[in-house]
Amino acid sequence: MLATKIRKTILTQSKRANVGHIGSCLSIADILAALYGGVLRFASPDDEDRDRLILSKGHAALALFGALNAIGVITDDLLETFCSDGSPLGTHPEHVVPGIDFSTGSLGLGLSFGCGAALAARMQNSDRRVFVIVSDAECNEGALWESVMFAAHHRLSNLTAIVDMNGQQALGYTRDVLDLSPLEGRWRAFGWDVHCVDGHDRVALESTLSELDDGDAPHVVIAKTTFGKGVSFMESQISWHYWPMTDDQFLTAIAELEAQEA
Amino acid sequence: MRSAFIQSLVALAERDPRVVLLTGDLGFTVIEDFAERFPNRFFNVGVAEQNMLGVATGLAEAGYVPFVYSIATFATMRPYEFIRNGPLLHGLPVRVVGVGSGLDYGPNGITHYALEDVALMRAQPEMMVVVPADPDQARAAVVATADVRGPIYFRVGKGAQSIPELGGRFSPGRADILREGRDIALIALGPAARIALDAADLLAPLGVEAAVAVVSSFNPSPTEDIAGLLDRVPMAITVEVHYVNGGLGSFVAEVIAEHGLDVRLLRSAVHEMPRARSGSQQYLLEHYGLTSRAVVDSALASLALDNS
Repeated sequence: MLATKIRKTILTQSKRANVGHIGSCLSIADILAALYGGVLRFASPDDEDRDRLILSKGHAALALFGALNAIGVITDDLLETFCSDGSPLGTHPEHVVPGIDFSTGSLGLGLSFGCGAALAARMQNSDRRVFVIVSDAECNEGALWESVMFAAHHRLSNLTAIVDMNGQQALGYTRDVLDLSPLEGRWRAFGWDVHCVDGHDRVALESTLSELDDGDAPHVVIAKTTFGKGVSFMESQISWHYWPMTDDQFLTAIAELEAQEA
Repeated sequence: MRSAFIQSLVALAERDPRVVLLTGDLGFTVIEDFAERFPNRFFNVGVAEQNMLGVATGLAEAGYVPFVYSIATFATMRPYEFIRNGPLLHGLPVRVVGVGSGLDYGPNGITHYALEDVALMRAQPEMMVVVPADPDQARAAVVATADVRGPIYFRVGKGAQSIPELGGRFSPGRADILREGRDIALIALGPAARIALDAADLLAPLGVEAAVAVVSSFNPSPTEDIAGLLDRVPMAITVEVHYVNGGLGSFVAEVIAEHGLDVRLLRSAVHEMPRARSGSQQYLLEHYGLTSRAVVDSALASLALDNS
């Protein structure tokens, strides 16, 4: 199962590299499984007319590397270099890596890249689409709302934002740090076609993402997720934004994933 | 110079279908010609410079050559991180067009004075920086850089004054030596060439032979040309309408230090933040010592000091 494979890569590689951002990565495993399991259209990673995917919440790059590894775009050997000296695979994605369309890592930039990519597709009469995964806390960034306005004004219906709404950010819960509610209403007020979905229900994600119309509004799929999903002691815990795992924690986490798979 | 720049851009867009123009809701009476001729390649993105740079990045990734247009301060500082993590990081041909160099926007005040744009852009190793000295050089620069694969920053002055001595030449990475002289070298950034040339004219009857060079590009920077020039003189003054640190004066200081040259350097530039000091451009230039007369005085004082 693709999502489980992504989660195992997240745990294995972050353990080997002794790095954090594990909870943020686990949060989007099912979203990436839906995208790479059938939603995204691409003949090859460098096909000019491929659908574009921008991971604007770049700190979850390992989840994306896991997805690209699972579909054979990132080799096992390359994946094993994650966070090693001189590796192109760091904790944030860079476009030189096969399958990575845009480099990200600073929040609030990705949706503007996506607006340009979607506008270019329209100007080139291409039916390729652009998907941008943003975090809910990323919606703190004012620049994101510049892009939200631009996409609506230019009726970029070939653009889809997916908000990973796990309700957490680095130092606290979003409702306590800078309350975003009603997030759905805010995007709708800015002229977007809004969909809400369980961000861990792959079937629901796939059907929502596959059935977006080509009307005259950009789409946002607000995916309700659980930070750290799949590893019980990480779920909804602020501290797992940064902590790496101990050996015991790693073994427990892997065992939990395998139990869920069985 | 703005109009010359845009005329050249229109001509470029006629030849090159990749050229797109984005504006952050600025360019009244300047950009209309492009907008009318190429309505499908012109976008007023609104007063949102960060998104403008991001959109340009997305367009460039798909094969376009976007020019983004705003006042130099708004084009460079507000979206600085977008420039760095967008066109620079991705190695894409986005052209950042900043209008109003230095104190061009006189009565508008400090928010409109581009006094650190060259420093900010020059600090990025792969950002070509182009500071045309006059309208003819601006035209030449648009043509000469049409196929540059990475990003470019154009600092486009509002002035229309011509520098006939330059003959409209532009070569990235080269300095134009407009005049030879053995006593002192006056090195000017873009349009400040006029100040330097006039200062050289004033120095000649006083028995001081001043060389004059104009620098119009960085990254590539005219390191060899400037090192060669400074090897022949005991003293140099840089002239730039920019803060004193990070721009042309700093570049020349780096060349002197790294080549171990035996030359004294004075930097004519803006030394303080122009707070609550608006006025005509001419008033501001005089206040900050950026006139030919002030350069002459600096030269004479330094030469006297040097001889004592």
